[in-house]
Amino acid sequence: MQILFTLCGLVAVGFVLLITVYLVLSGIPAIRQIGLFPFLFGKTWSASQDEYGILPLILTSIYGTAGAIVIGVPIGFFTAVFLAKAAPKRLAALLRPAVSLLAGIPSVVYGLVGMCVLVPALRNWLHLPAGDSLLAAILVLAVMILPSIISLSETALEAVPREYEEASLALGATELETYFRVSAPAAKSGIAAAVVLGIGRAIGEAMAIMMVAGNVANMPALTRSVRFLTTGISIELNYSQDGSLQRQALFSIGLVLFLFIMLINGFLNLVLKREREE
Amino acid sequence: MRRKLYEIAGRVLLYGCAAITGSLLLFLIGYILYRGLGGISWQFLSTAESVIHGTVGILPAIQNTVFVIVVSLLVSIPLGVGAAVYLTEYARNRRFVAAIEFASETLAGIPSIIYALVGVIVFCTALQLQKTLLSGALTLVIMILPTIIRSTQESLKTVPQSYREGALGLGSGKWHMIRTVVLPSSVDGIVTGCILAVGRVVGESAVLMYTAGMSTAMQNFSLDRIAGASGATLTVALYHYAKENADFAVAFSIATILLILTVVLNFSASFLGRKLKRS
Repeated sequence: MQILFTLCGLVAVGFVLLITVYLVLSGIPAIRQIGLFPFLFGKTWSASQDEYGILPLILTSIYGTAGAIVIGVPIGFFTAVFLAKAAPKRLAALLRPAVSLLAGIPSVVYGLVGMCVLVPALRNWLHLPAGDSLLAAILVLAVMILPSIISLSETALEAVPREYEEASLALGATELETYFRVSAPAAKSGIAAAVVLGIGRAIGEAMAIMMVAGNVANMPALTRSVRFLTTGISIELNYSQDGSLQRQALFSIGLVLFLFIMLINGFLNLVLKREREE
Repeated sequence: MRRKLYEIAGRVLLYGCAAITGSLLLFLIGYILYRGLGGISWQFLSTAESVIHGTVGILPAIQNTVFVIVVSLLVSIPLGVGAAVYLTEYARNRRFVAAIEFASETLAGIPSIIYALVGVIVFCTALQLQKTLLSGALTLVIMILPTIIRSTQESLKTVPQSYREGALGLGSGKWHMIRTVVLPSSVDGIVTGCILAVGRVVGESAVLMYTAGMSTAMQNFSLDRIAGASGATLTVALYHYAKENADFAVAFSIATILLILTVVLNFSASFLGRKLKRS
């Protein structure tokens, strides 16, 4: 029996190895053929001209993620403080399931609402020829990372020992001063973990963005149609021919994205580990 | 004076941001229901798309979704529960446990488009399953495994050590003890894990789009054809109608159904979770 259970455990490790090995093996040929430097820093991605440079995709992913973080983190953080500390119990009991519902809504649904509400609205407000843009993608991503930032920060804030806050209150600080100057700093590594998790979510999202970003491999600008690393894969995966350089270049994008994610995960583990040690 | 300003600004920020979060959800739900609820009828749920009658139905998508859920759970429950039992009951080697936990954390953080690539390379091409619901379901197994491992592990840890000692003291073997004492008292956690996993499968689109296909026609699920069945689940069908057909009424109706499913799954998971905490 023990052997059987050990095997089950091994399968999980096996899957990670399988994913890594396959991604590396199938990602390398195209990079070798194109050259690492032209692949990573080439400015044009065009299958018809056989040019595969992913700098626009990398920059778009970085800008898009950064934008989502800039908008999503403050809103998420303050909502978390509200939920963990300031909210009347009843209101918190209503808002908490709402947050977990936001987390559960499928990404295509976010994409659909973005496509039908946000994209036309941006077109009208900013007088653009088309609303599909980096800005639309950033806004959708900001909403999508909100739930994970809120729930992780809330957990961290609730774990702050009550005595810290009582001490601060007893010294004459107001409740708000206590939340921002005592509770939040005490929960900082948990909140940092929430931000890193949000970054991971944002950089890995594909479907919702594919529906609102326009998907042209331009250099990123807020009102321009752009292509992310994820959508770079997804937009051409169904149309590229098996074994072609184009298909192999998609696997190379996958490898780059995978490395990004592993970097972020490594960082997350580091943050969480430090929190455990504290 | 400055303190008073601080106080006011702080309150405004807290309440304002919470209001943004809350109203976002209200808006999302309201808008989806407003545009989607009208299109849902018995005919919409129980037939396939028909060009002759000019009607749209999503029965194939529902069937495909159910098929993918059932197959991926059938494979991942034994694997995930087995791994969790190994980790909490048998494992002695610390390094090995750390390796498995690291692996399952890594799996949990990988974005679905990467799973889609791996599914295309491994299941569709290398194992020659082609673009079928079966390859989609098997790819999803890798994706939901961490969820099931983690929630099973959590609930196995809550089983009091004295239960185990009692069973072993009465002369039970280890496997007998696990089967009759440990697993039955952690069944809530396993079920919660499965519900969360179903939620991920229902909401997943990137993986299924590339490994299971996008057809919205009826599939043949008879036993000899089942391996070749290929088609869109609800989420993929939504994408298909919205992006390729620009048929937003249908897309919003599917979104309504997905929303209802999400609410039901969320509530049952949190209900079970609360029950777990109490016991």
